[in-house]
Amino acid sequence: MKFTEEHEWLLAEGDLVVVGITEHAATALGDLVFVELPEPGLTVSKDDEVCVIESVKAASDILAPIDGEIVEVNTALVDNPTLVNEDPMGDAWFFKMKPANMADLDELLDEDDYKALID
Amino acid sequence: MSDLKRTALFDLHLELGAKMVPFAGYDMPVQYPLGVLKEHLFCRENAGLFDVSHMGQVILRAKSGNNADAALALESLVPVDVLGLEAGRQRYGFFTNPDGGILDDLMIANRTDHLFLVVNAACKDADFAHMQAALGAVCDLEMIAGRSLLALQGPKAESTLSRLVPEAGAMRFMDVAVLDWNGVELWISRSGYTGEDGYEISVPDGSADGFARALLAMAEVEPIGLGARDSLRLEAGLCLYGSDIDETTSPVQASLVWAIQKVRRNGGARAGGFPGADRILAELSDGASRKRVGLVPDGRAPMRGHTQLFADVTGPTPIGEVTSGGFGPSIQGPMSMGYVPTEFSKTGTVIYAELRGKRLPATVSAMPFTPANFKR
Repeated sequence: MKFTEEHEWLLAEGDLVVVGITEHAATALGDLVFVELPEPGLTVSKDDEVCVIESVKAASDILAPIDGEIVEVNTALVDNPTLVNEDPMGDAWFFKMKPANMADLDELLDEDDYKALID
Repeated sequence: MSDLKRTALFDLHLELGAKMVPFAGYDMPVQYPLGVLKEHLFCRENAGLFDVSHMGQVILRAKSGNNADAALALESLVPVDVLGLEAGRQRYGFFTNPDGGILDDLMIANRTDHLFLVVNAACKDADFAHMQAALGAVCDLEMIAGRSLLALQGPKAESTLSRLVPEAGAMRFMDVAVLDWNGVELWISRSGYTGEDGYEISVPDGSADGFARALLAMAEVEPIGLGARDSLRLEAGLCLYGSDIDETTSPVQASLVWAIQKVRRNGGARAGGFPGADRILAELSDGASRKRVGLVPDGRAPMRGHTQLFADVTGPTPIGEVTSGGFGPSIQGPMSMGYVPTEFSKTGTVIYAELRGKRLPATVSAMPFTPANFKR
């Protein structure tokens, strides 16, 4: 699993990458009450705003962690945003993307780097 | 951060695992480990305990010894029937300014030989100075130091408080009483700011921790932070001073005309005689240009404070602004309140809010968003 400084996790799954937010981020955000997901098929560049999430406190964006195409989104989150608080690193993934270049993952943080970031 | 004031329950908040934030100059709990959503829902089903000790508690006593003189004096600052408030009763009111805006909102209780006021934390020093200047010749004023203020709110507030203070069960909505708990004098009102039945309890600082722990020891009571306090009051359609009402909003614009009794309106025995009366009485007769309304967004996206409101999807000029908004855990959806021109204020009118560059529809709706649950 790879991580970004924006508190996303990425997990390679065949030629796709699953993206979610970290437990640290979910805890800091508080209870989520709204999730807006992109349309599958959307081509994105790194740092594009692709999802809107709102907690009881405030709205924030999820940025595309790498270049690629969104191929699938987790619509369960739209109906049940608190799933993100319950299982941020598992069932509450946000989207799957087909990376423009799988090697881009190598540029991201590994688990130890991320742990050092949030400590 | 060291200049933040602490309430007598500060150590208890930390012990309970609260996340503390600065609020009106105090270090206050915004949430406990349960979290905002679950705290909100718990309060609507059981009983929630809130520390509201940051709010101002003021005693107003007529120098003449006649409480009616204090009532008449206070009527010079609020468009409220204070003289007609019976002993042992409380009502809602607000201080107005000469332009007809609102300086603060407050609770006014008649405690037989004096008036007892509860005002907002952020305004309490200004309110006190305002009253001292205007009423000081007729009344002695005391800002109460050394007493905490707790709110116990929810359908199980009566059954839980009655275990400690049996006489509290007989009180009705907006009654006030002085009751004993183990030799400690409690000043209790049957009121609150969540839309639920409940009590506000003034307790000496030295007994506040013990009293709070006695309530929290009951399974039906959980501590509730400022986060859930805000979503509870918003679902109840209640104004937050500084957001939904301020010096630029008149009581008529704010849809608070219900709090201005007939005796203070044109034709009443004590009509006018409060700051801004000309404007407020004229608006009562002729209507105001804009009104505070409830808004229910059509989708799930919350429309928060300062979101701009439009008449349609293309018009370039906003018609108003959201003043409070968020997600209502009990209604399981978003809700807002804000100001719109009066012609858009009818229930059922569809207007548009601009969120992240998109115009999304919202319907003007009656408030409260959740039914009130008072024990009248």
